[in-house]
Amino acid sequence: MADTIEVDGKQFAVDEEGYLANLNDWVPGVADVMAKQDNLELTDEHWDIINFLREYYEEYQIAPAVRVLTKAVGKKMGKEKGNSKYLYSLFPYGPAKQACRFAGLPKPTGCV
Amino acid sequence: MSETVKKFMYLNRKAPYGTIYAWESLEVVLIGAAFDQDVCVMFVDDGVYQLTKGQDTKGIGMKNFSPTYRTLGDYEVKRIFVDRASLEARGLTQEDLVEIAYEDFETEEEIDNIVEIVDSQRVSELMDESDVVFSF
Repeated sequence: MADTIEVDGKQFAVDEEGYLANLNDWVPGVADVMAKQDNLELTDEHWDIINFLREYYEEYQIAPAVRVLTKAVGKKMGKEKGNSKYLYSLFPYGPAKQACRFAGLPKPTGCV
Repeated sequence: MSETVKKFMYLNRKAPYGTIYAWESLEVVLIGAAFDQDVCVMFVDDGVYQLTKGQDTKGIGMKNFSPTYRTLGDYEVKRIFVDRASLEARGLTQEDLVEIAYEDFETEEEIDNIVEIVDSQRVSELMDESDVVFSF
């Protein structure tokens, strides 16, 4: 059943897969707490992708599938970042799924 | 991967909001895009409104997914058609429709807008050459 995570003493509802229930609830601390649960320490490189996803969602109202994300990152940040090896090194549980979760977005559309 | 590539057409006939058809269709297209098939998306009748610019859904409390059509190119859906007669019957022109860009990542070929207006005969031909037509 739906759960909550605690960020700075506040409770945030998440769905059964750990995605934030309400997109508008998101604060950067949500990503930090979720990352800690996954045993990850967020670096600037992680934040570049998280922020990129939030901008992508803002513009297109969709959380992109992993290959779409890879392509879009490559276009915006260069090919050395727009490849799955780099993105998986940052987000081992799947760059789209895990990074979207940290970014407070729904599960990506078209990730199978 | 798959040796049998089928030609899929997603046929959209209904206005974007008010029913769930347009959103369901768009989701199926985006999810299906992962499976390397030959996909085209066709907009006829009130379906042409799905691509009109400047939609605002605040008043009806529905998610505004109109901006999402612009990601079709990113999802490598390259063939998007609109029936000219349906547009004209509604007093619309290509100017009223969103532009969908496409970029081939390997060849770096860029197309500013892949939305193509076609006449009825071409609509029939495209349907005819499709192996599967999903009507929404």
